[in-house]
Amino acid sequence: MTTPAPVTQWDTDFDVLDPEYVNDPFGIWDTLRSTCPIAHTERRGSTWLPTRYQDVVDLAHDVERFSSTEISVIPFAGDVPDEPVLAYGLPPITADPPLHTWTRRLLLPWFSHRRVEGYEAMTRELCADLIDGFEAKGEADAARDYAQQIPVRVIAHILGVPASLSDTFTGWVRDVLEFADDPVRRVRGVEGLIGFFIEEVAKRKTDPGDDLLSDLLHSEFEGAPVEESLVLGIAALVLIAGVDTTWSAIGSSLWHLAAHPQDRRRLVSDPGAMPLAVEELLRAYSPVTMARVVTEDTEFNGCPMKAGDKVLMNFPAANRDPEAFEQADRVILDRELNRHVAFGSGIHRCAGSNLARMELQMAIEEWLRRIPEFHLADGAEVTWAGGQVRGPRQLPVVFP
Amino acid sequence: MDPDKCQGHARCYGLAPQIFEVDDYGLASVVGDGTVPADLEDKARLAIANCPEYAISAIDETGS
Repeated sequence: MTTPAPVTQWDTDFDVLDPEYVNDPFGIWDTLRSTCPIAHTERRGSTWLPTRYQDVVDLAHDVERFSSTEISVIPFAGDVPDEPVLAYGLPPITADPPLHTWTRRLLLPWFSHRRVEGYEAMTRELCADLIDGFEAKGEADAARDYAQQIPVRVIAHILGVPASLSDTFTGWVRDVLEFADDPVRRVRGVEGLIGFFIEEVAKRKTDPGDDLLSDLLHSEFEGAPVEESLVLGIAALVLIAGVDTTWSAIGSSLWHLAAHPQDRRRLVSDPGAMPLAVEELLRAYSPVTMARVVTEDTEFNGCPMKAGDKVLMNFPAANRDPEAFEQADRVILDRELNRHVAFGSGIHRCAGSNLARMELQMAIEEWLRRIPEFHLADGAEVTWAGGQVRGPRQLPVVFP
Repeated sequence: MDPDKCQGHARCYGLAPQIFEVDDYGLASVVGDGTVPADLEDKARLAIANCPEYAISAIDETGS
């Protein structure tokens, strides 16, 4: 891999993996929004970057001109490996209707309100166990020791796969999402995930359990069993989408609370403020950017887009648009008007949003209950992942 | 509640579970005949104002 040249022209030559963008994209979005609200680059192929709320929402709803068949923010570097077992990609996220519609319906009941309430107690207990592991030390890496450990274990439980493999799962997911421009890691992640699920599917053919993977394998569509390559794609999607994303939201929220004592104390003293606070933290630090591929030469708000161009669904920037949110750059925990699109907009709304919201709330509540006072360690280096999913990967905090 | 617009964000249910319900597929609907008691009007307004899909609307039948 070669290191790309630093960006000097954000409107015509942006790079979402530029360290400046990864570490602090907010000022870049503000400038673009007022000067060139849909930026363009030729780096990694012709790609557009909208920064206004309304543009992002309009793009998300126009599923005919902007297809979900290529959702990776960072295209594969080098030769794309042949993965015939994933003939359908990772539906429903990489599918357009009609495949999107029915595969999504297979998943949704597993993430309904009712189901998610059933995962609440185990999530809280998991958070408590993790805190037991570092509370007495007076310091922790809130990203690695805590945030990273939570969603992967809940999703493993739902899929019916061993939580003891959590670190392996996390490694594969990071390979796929965070190191997508490194062909070796990307291939390792994809092959690891698929190889694992092929074995898990084989086990469930003869010995089904009460889990999502078994349910998918024994589901039918129009009278026929769901094809195995679809089951593999959906299972891989659940793991990929359910791990990096929520972990990043938990990490960013703790990063904010570490540095904002007033907000921290507000939540400690008034737990009833949590639901609105969770939405506000999701808005302010939305982790996920998706991509769409342009299906035909077209013009969108003055931008001449060509078939095959990528458009980055910049939900995080949309959620910072002052046209859509008052004092958009401020975290206001009890913000009442908050039509944020952290979970996307339109037919691809995050299928796991109820779960993510619950995990985020449990993680913050349990942390603040046990560690109400904490701050970033002196001289601490906080590192961030960016691109498709933005969140802290190293977050040293102290609570002496 | 416009079922064609609702995408299952469930913000309405989160803000006002007394007024809205959400099925296993995420589709929201209004509980009962949709009449909102006076003491829940603020919550209903909040739900309307937070729906990312603009799927909820209110009809004022008091004439005020």
